[in-house]
Amino acid sequence: MKGLLASIPYAQLLGVEIERVDGELDCVLPFREDLIGNTRLPAIHGGVIGAFLELTATLRLIDESGVASVPRPINFSIDYLRSAGPRPTRARADIFKLGRRIAHVHVIAWQEERDRPVAAGNGKFLMA
Amino acid sequence: MAEERRYALAALFGPARFEVADYTPHARRLRMKVVETGPGMATLSLPYDPELVGDPSRGVVFGGVITTLIDQASGLAVACAMEELSAIATIDLRVDYLRAAEPGRDLLARAECYKLTRNVAFVRATAWDHDQGDPFAGCLGTFMIGANIGGSPFSGLRGAVAGKP
Repeated sequence: MKGLLASIPYAQLLGVEIERVDGELDCVLPFREDLIGNTRLPAIHGGVIGAFLELTATLRLIDESGVASVPRPINFSIDYLRSAGPRPTRARADIFKLGRRIAHVHVIAWQEERDRPVAAGNGKFLMA
Repeated sequence: MAEERRYALAALFGPARFEVADYTPHARRLRMKVVETGPGMATLSLPYDPELVGDPSRGVVFGGVITTLIDQASGLAVACAMEELSAIATIDLRVDYLRAAEPGRDLLARAECYKLTRNVAFVRATAWDHDQGDPFAGCLGTFMIGANIGGSPFSGLRGAVAGKP
């Protein structure tokens, strides 16, 4: 997975890292000044959080299914629950259904506590 | 004749004023530019760069990059719908990926705030590369008005707007 992550330029731009925690695949987004969308709070850009959720969903799907190509997103929706402060953000994806053609994935991102999520994502991906 | 809609940002960001994206560090990082603003609408551009690629086998920009462009355009469209600037926070976004964006082409997104209430703004947006009539993404979003008072990415602009005659 680390090799795959290194091969995705945009994952490198965001600075995303992966960790295995209790057998689960966690993605980590270390904080950086140029990820800020709101300088007053400050808060990480909503688009960055959305992209991080989508990337986490994508990596989890590849990890789970072993597909050779990157799954193509059909749509992705994001609920913004709290502002994401200048701290590391973590995300973990759950696959609801991995069908032959379509996969349904749910993702949660949090900062200090997992039960206080900053955002939740829901995506559908084309697997073939 | 219908009276032209007034919006607070008009004083600062009329046509061909590109600076607004510079108030947002991540928009600057991606070299986003404002192409056009109007009452309740905004068009932004994002130049293609190999570092935005999410699918290396196809050279296609990662979907989340499009989310960022659309989020930025939508927030600006909401700001451009307000007679007086207030803080804005994204409640939700849903992006439909209609097709892959063509490798090498700059990305454009146009957002329209089609309803503004006291608490919530409703926005629709599309993104395209070569032809506005053939978009590669569509989006619906809602935004909270007056969230995190003083915390709007546009709050730094209020003084500048107030300073204009």
